[in-house]
Amino acid sequence: MGDLTRLSAAALAERLAAGDVSSVEVTRAHLDRIAAVDPAVHAFLHVDAEGALATAADVDARRAAGEDLHPLAGVPIAIKDVVVTRGMPTTAGSRILEGWVPPYDATLVERIRAARLPILGKTNMDEFAMGSSTEHSAFGDTHNPWDLDRIPGGSGGGSAAAVAAYEAPLAIGTDTGGSIRQPAAVTGTVGVKPTYGGVSRYGLIAMASSLDQAGPVSRTVLDAALLHALVGGHDPRDSTSLPDPLPDVVGAARRGATGDLTGVRLGVVRELGGEGYQQGVRRRFEESLEVLQAAGAEVVEVSCPHFEYALAAYYLIMPSEASSNLARFDGMRYGLRVEPADGPVTAERVMAATRGAGFGDEVKRRVILGTYALSAGYYDAYYGSAQKVRTLVQRDFAAAFEQADVLVSPTAPTTAFRLGEKLDDPMAMYLNDVATIPANLAGVPGISVPNGLDEGLPVGFQVLAPAKADDRLYRVAAALEARLEERWGGPLLAQAPELEVTR
Amino acid sequence: MTTEATPLVDYDDAVRRYDPVLGIEVHVELGTASKMFDGAPTEFGAPPNTQTTPVSLGLPGSLPVVNEKAVEWAVLIGLALNCEIAESCRFARKNYFYPDLPKAYQISQYDEPIAHDGWVDVELEDGTTVRVEIERAHMEEDAGKNTHVGGAAGRIHGAEYSLVDYNRAGVPLVEIVTKPITGVGARAPEVARAYVQTLRDMFRALGVSEARMERGNVRADVNVSLRPSPDAPLGTRTETKNVNSFRSVERAVRFEISRQAGVLDSGAAVVQETRHWHEDTGITTPGRVKSDAEDYRYFPEPDLVPIVPDRAWVEGLRASLPEMPAARRRRLQAAWGYSDAEMRDVVNAGALDLVEATVAAGASPAAARKWWMGELARTANEQGASLEELPVTPAQVAELQGLVDAGRLNDKLARQVLAGVLAGEGSPQEVVAARGLEIVSDDGALLAAVDEALAAQPDVVEKIRGGNLGPVGAIIGAVMKATRGQADAARVRELVLERVKG
Repeated sequence: MGDLTRLSAAALAERLAAGDVSSVEVTRAHLDRIAAVDPAVHAFLHVDAEGALATAADVDARRAAGEDLHPLAGVPIAIKDVVVTRGMPTTAGSRILEGWVPPYDATLVERIRAARLPILGKTNMDEFAMGSSTEHSAFGDTHNPWDLDRIPGGSGGGSAAAVAAYEAPLAIGTDTGGSIRQPAAVTGTVGVKPTYGGVSRYGLIAMASSLDQAGPVSRTVLDAALLHALVGGHDPRDSTSLPDPLPDVVGAARRGATGDLTGVRLGVVRELGGEGYQQGVRRRFEESLEVLQAAGAEVVEVSCPHFEYALAAYYLIMPSEASSNLARFDGMRYGLRVEPADGPVTAERVMAATRGAGFGDEVKRRVILGTYALSAGYYDAYYGSAQKVRTLVQRDFAAAFEQADVLVSPTAPTTAFRLGEKLDDPMAMYLNDVATIPANLAGVPGISVPNGLDEGLPVGFQVLAPAKADDRLYRVAAALEARLEERWGGPLLAQAPELEVTR
Repeated sequence: MTTEATPLVDYDDAVRRYDPVLGIEVHVELGTASKMFDGAPTEFGAPPNTQTTPVSLGLPGSLPVVNEKAVEWAVLIGLALNCEIAESCRFARKNYFYPDLPKAYQISQYDEPIAHDGWVDVELEDGTTVRVEIERAHMEEDAGKNTHVGGAAGRIHGAEYSLVDYNRAGVPLVEIVTKPITGVGARAPEVARAYVQTLRDMFRALGVSEARMERGNVRADVNVSLRPSPDAPLGTRTETKNVNSFRSVERAVRFEISRQAGVLDSGAAVVQETRHWHEDTGITTPGRVKSDAEDYRYFPEPDLVPIVPDRAWVEGLRASLPEMPAARRRRLQAAWGYSDAEMRDVVNAGALDLVEATVAAGASPAAARKWWMGELARTANEQGASLEELPVTPAQVAELQGLVDAGRLNDKLARQVLAGVLAGEGSPQEVVAARGLEIVSDDGALLAAVDEALAAQPDVVEKIRGGNLGPVGAIIGAVMKATRGQADAARVRELVLERVKG
């Protein structure tokens, strides 16, 4: 039954519906795979075999009883540990939340449970989603299945690695500046950041509220669409949730898979490419453009002059919001509580000791940056100016979308780098997100789809669409996927080296 | 606690030489069924930490959603204070660490309050009206409550440990901030008190809060500064926090004026600071110096979208505003013909609604006042109850007075009937019937008693026959006694004279 883990979610759903396999078999296959490869990959922080199998058995019983089930019912899923899960530990990759078991489910988890997808467990991540390599997790590195000495991207390296290593067919990620798309790019998987407000943030442990967005991680574009359709849509518990119905992302993915993009205008963003982008990454991008043109798409060049300032603005807005969002971790109510080593035990001193011991360096760096940026006397120069840049970035997008239906770029400037390589150089680390951050600042959706290898490591192709037009992402990405897989003779991941099985 | 050496200046002396300026911030807890950003209930007095949800506990991942009722009531308050209602406004985060603040920030409004630039007229006891200008009214959430255990008088200093109750965390508040209140001179303490009282009455009239001071539904922070003359620029102010009774508001302002005058007289400068009010000793003391905590790092709350009150909706609310208490008092006083003193007594006794209802049920205003401020006020006082708690309705009081007006009860009987009503024996009519208390004016019944009284006192009869009418009263008294007070005294007199002369 080992090959069950190689199937896409859509294929598993079909087999489950046809009664060819049971959810218990599918779930057990993935749990076995986790047991076999996760000691090397370390994608998971918590595995809930019992809970997953119970859900699977329940699905099988309901199916046997002839109950109408969600198409994805019985297909297992992994969830990034920044999303709260009732009764299942949720740490956000931080010591400060070690051992915390939330008393409630995030809205997207509620929807996953209602559709009866067995939840395999929680995936590793940079602490509070702050990082591009998952090396800032308090609970150890996650390794890229393509090369265990390399990073799986971040912050959602655990979700991407789990999917790439066939430990799960589907996963949930969150993307504040690229944390779904960049890991997808460097692991050869598909990752989507929906339109801001498209998927409820209720139950996502916030880093930067105005930028955070949860989305699907998968091995195929269609799978991402299926999961997107499941978790997306309005939620009254999130005031920033869009009231609009979700566009037909699944239909768009199926339509795109025909490989025909006649009449679609692709805007190549001049500012997202060229200098600073690895040569192989640029080459794959050019080749993909040719493939898309062959599919009937028209390619135009667009300019987004203010993207140059996006990274700087992001590193003011994100830490500012994070400094406030992370203030609640004070040792008073839940999670870690540390009393000062000496001196009086006052509330303030317990708070300081707890935060000092519980937060890692990258979190402290951003909390300090954000606290400074919001301080009286600096607010206008920093937070205020950054918000103006944000408006300019939004205008750049609006103008570009006048000329093109979607914008395209490489997802990340490089392929997966070695573990430890950039850990001491925050600026180099931050530059990983240079192509993904503008979408978060503007609230527009983006997808990363594998578009080849450079020296044996995956490269990602990014498609960006106007807000609420997430369906366009799926159409273009599915077309590219179909044509490239035809050329490769199968999925890119099939070219990944086999992982050593540890037992 | 720092001891301050500067002597207080006698109040009258202080206000002769300095011009006090006030600024008052009033927080009112709205009486909504659920919290400001959350569906958690707001029941007062529930066991600790039972009125909470992931949102009001600020659990990781939880998000606020605005309570529409709270917004409506904030707009009502703004309208009642003659404020402009913002076309669009938003929430902001006020960041600070404190154990009772679950998210370590309070969701409040900063640069965009829902209501701004209004005024309210405040009536002083002597009938003078002072117009207080309103700077703004904004929405925010309350914090939880810390209880310090083991220290002196529940204070944090010296406490062994502290308990936190988050039931109150997230309860909707509206904060109303005045512009500087100037030109009130020696009456500053009285104005401060009357202002808070006016707001309390207004909250109740609007039905947005029970506005019970003793429960902390209404809390006042009082800013006081002194300047040498009304032409001088504003002096340095102090802010005395959490003054939670009308009397304390007055006393705290008075104390600060005396204290600041002492500081200024000594040649020193008033320190801009937060001060604590001590109810027991009647003084204020400096609060903890929080120089590093003063920067709240406000920024727009990214979890909430701006509030854009629909103009037609606002106008609908404006049209629905109830009559404000001061206007109502003026209207009723004119209609009832009460003197200022009579009206004040009725208002202070909390009898306004009762008197109004009694008049509406048919009693004359004078009679309604007589009952509620007389016999019923005495009873309430004896029982330690409020007038509203007495088991008698305004309709019953009006019914009782109706019996008096119809000549069926005299004052003494009416009081007996009222006692019966209060004892739960039923309506006045029912008590009259059950106790047989009606005035007897039936000649047949009365004549027997009259004849008996005359026969018992032949000497008196002689005197009357002799033209001395004085002793008639003695006969009437005897008849009244014989009929247990139920005889119609006027008719008895007539009968006595008829018999003696006849």
